[in-house]
Amino acid sequence: MTAHDRPLSPHLQIYRWHLLMTMSILHRASGVFLALGTVVLVAWLLALAAGPESYARMTAVIGSAPGLVFLFGWSAALFYHLCNGIRHLFWDAGQGYELPAAYASGYGVLVATVILTLAAWGGACLILGGV
Amino acid sequence: MAQFRLPKNSRIGKGREFPAPEGARNVKRFRVYRYDPDSGGNPVMDTYHLDLDDCGPMVLDALIKIKNEIDPTLTFRRSCREGICGSCAMNIQGGNTLACTQAISDFRGDIAVYPLPHMAVVKDLVPDMERFYAQYAAVEPWMKTETATPPDRERLQSPAERARLDGLYECILCACCSTACPSYWWNGDRYLGPAALLQAYRWIADSRDEATGERLDALEDPFKLYRCHTIMNCTQTCPKGLNPARAIGEIKKLMVERR
Repeated sequence: MTAHDRPLSPHLQIYRWHLLMTMSILHRASGVFLALGTVVLVAWLLALAAGPESYARMTAVIGSAPGLVFLFGWSAALFYHLCNGIRHLFWDAGQGYELPAAYASGYGVLVATVILTLAAWGGACLILGGV
Repeated sequence: MAQFRLPKNSRIGKGREFPAPEGARNVKRFRVYRYDPDSGGNPVMDTYHLDLDDCGPMVLDALIKIKNEIDPTLTFRRSCREGICGSCAMNIQGGNTLACTQAISDFRGDIAVYPLPHMAVVKDLVPDMERFYAQYAAVEPWMKTETATPPDRERLQSPAERARLDGLYECILCACCSTACPSYWWNGDRYLGPAALLQAYRWIADSRDEATGERLDALEDPFKLYRCHTIMNCTQTCPKGLNPARAIGEIKKLMVERR
């Protein structure tokens, strides 16, 4: 029996999830998801540069039902990442480390994400006259 | 690198079941992680049915009862039984804490007991703490001075200077925080972890210590300090109610301020 053969105790498999931990991994996940969205944004700009035909094809793809679902996801990820990023700024400034404050800011970020996402889509629907 | 699945030799099998004594009315099931290095087998979860009417109030009382009355091979560390030695740190129902200060009555249903997460297991609930202690030693947790000690008295602190050490000096090095931290799970070989960093800050914050620059230099590293992503598991789980996340945040602030 060498120390090398020792088993590793369980970690993710058994650790109890809580809000702070969940929001932390969501911050990273939303960041990765946004990076994918940037690729789509670039594709959209390329289509725009390539002329009206390709642009029409691109908008058709984005405007399809799955496209809109992804677009909604990207907007929600953007607002979550933005709001939680501001929360991280407060932490970096040394504020809000006490558990009640961390939970309050966490719930605040979640509520703000919902409100901003719905407001953005509501606003878009109003401007475009209902899609 | 993050390895989410347990290695082959660490996957947990089904263990034995120890029924409650006859006539027991207030029965609680304890599922306990067992690993016997001599058997060569994988770890298993043994289940013990205990009569709570005949058991002390804390999880440690239950473990001692199991060891005394049911299964003397059950192995765990314990000493003070009052939350000051840090020996009985373990994962109880998904959270790291001290078995001696964790009331059984806080949980409904079964209570699952595992060793501290993502550690090499020596036996049962006993993890190998060597690296954790080495990381503590690495922050050089003692007072360093350049100036001569005053000949007629100690190095004095004002009450305000002393108050800055509150919430830092109380750490008992039980390792609950570090082994609750996903960053420490994935990068524990290079990231110092919340416990060692709280201790590092304890000396940085000490008005009598004269090696602040040197201490910050030693932490200026992509891994040692900056693997902290403010996940807050450390603060959430600390059985002494301390705030390692805040201490790490203060170190990061000092790093920026001195540029």
